[in-house]
Amino acid sequence: MAQFFNKSANNIARISMVMGVVLAALGGFAFTQLARSSYLTGQFVEKQQPVQFSHKHHVGDDGIDCRYCHSTVETTASAGMPPTQTCMNCHSQIWADSPYLEPVKASFRDNKPIEWERVHDMPEYTYFNHSIHVAKGVGCSTCHGEIDNMPAVYQQNTLQMEWCLACHREPEKFIRPKSEIYNMKWKDGDLDAKERLDLKSDLKIRSKEMLTSCSTCHR
Amino acid sequence: MLMNNLAVQDKRRKAKGKDVFKRLGFAFCLLTFTFLTACGVRSDMQDQPRYKAYKKSEFFSDKRGSRDMVEGTIPRGQLRENKAFYTGKVDNPNPAAQAATTMDATGNTLVTSFPNAIDEFPIPVTKELVDRGQERYNIYCIVCHGPLGNGDGMIVRRGFSKPPTYNDDRLRNAPVGHFYDVISNGWGKMNGYAHVIQPADRWAIVAYIRALQVSQNPENALKTDTTKTGPGSAPPKSGDTPTGGKP
Repeated sequence: MAQFFNKSANNIARISMVMGVVLAALGGFAFTQLARSSYLTGQFVEKQQPVQFSHKHHVGDDGIDCRYCHSTVETTASAGMPPTQTCMNCHSQIWADSPYLEPVKASFRDNKPIEWERVHDMPEYTYFNHSIHVAKGVGCSTCHGEIDNMPAVYQQNTLQMEWCLACHREPEKFIRPKSEIYNMKWKDGDLDAKERLDLKSDLKIRSKEMLTSCSTCHR
Repeated sequence: MLMNNLAVQDKRRKAKGKDVFKRLGFAFCLLTFTFLTACGVRSDMQDQPRYKAYKKSEFFSDKRGSRDMVEGTIPRGQLRENKAFYTGKVDNPNPAAQAATTMDATGNTLVTSFPNAIDEFPIPVTKELVDRGQERYNIYCIVCHGPLGNGDGMIVRRGFSKPPTYNDDRLRNAPVGHFYDVISNGWGKMNGYAHVIQPADRWAIVAYIRALQVSQNPENALKTDTTKTGPGSAPPKSGDTPTGGKP
């Protein structure tokens, strides 16, 4: 009986085995990369808003405190979106005739809220509360990045669970004194390791076990 | 030969059996694949049918998921009985006693008499209150009134009308209730801030404004009657120290 397979089939079989493993690994790697890509997480994607509002101008140039507009960040889950009246506190006079302000004026005139595009859209099976984070030493820029340099706001971080957990496991690496929460220029290197641990106990931050318990964020 | 034939048939039968399993397996995979692609990725958990803050609603005609309270509703514990604390005005204001006003050079309408405003802080003035007031002042007021209350804030430098300074005799002698009323309801070009600053914080800001006034006029402030203008010595009203209507 003649040989069914050519002699080269041995090599093909070996190469196939190796390549099978390599391809599977590559496929797995590609999947993890895709899952973390800004295509799926929305990271770094600037959102177009109904008003050409620039945080760079209002925060960076004018020095307005975050809480002037996001006034409930210290008391409620939502940081708070300003009512159109807050815009009109200044823009009743400043740039009042600018066409860029027309959507704001229309909103004020017709008593209809401006429909902003949500930039940070947490999945609704998660529980997130701004007030506890700012009360425990997590600064705005730790999660939101340097907003004072963002003409159009984008999502600075992935908002994936591994990102949340990185801080919930080791909060001392990310916290800052409560007086610096709204400081956009704060750098993590401003405190050394011991000061961070002291700050963690001063702020009464709970144990890693408590912070990484499922029901802390999924409730 | 016969044996040989039987063996071949047996082999074929076995092969046929394997084929059936293969086909079943293939059909199973195909079905799973079809179901998965037909259903797509479901996001019911991601977007749940409930309202979070500011979520759009298709149910209400104004499309707002966040609803205003029905008019006249009083949340438990937030009945605003203490008139001095919540309005900065005396208990029985005289409607005939209108505030006298003048016009200054820049077109601001200035109040010169304060008939119904209370003259004493309705809560104890402590260092904590003044510190809190400083923090709140630097968020909401500093943008126009400036760090010292001279009316030279960043928004004024950008072109907004210059507000009157706190550091003149008219406002040094104005009762605290006047400042509280202006924070709450606005005055002239300034909008009211009642929707962002809670009553207790408004009093904290008033206390800090008094501190600013003293800081810019130390010699005279120490000479005058400190029970009236000094932030550290206003007597608390007996027994009643509301903490403000926090949500």
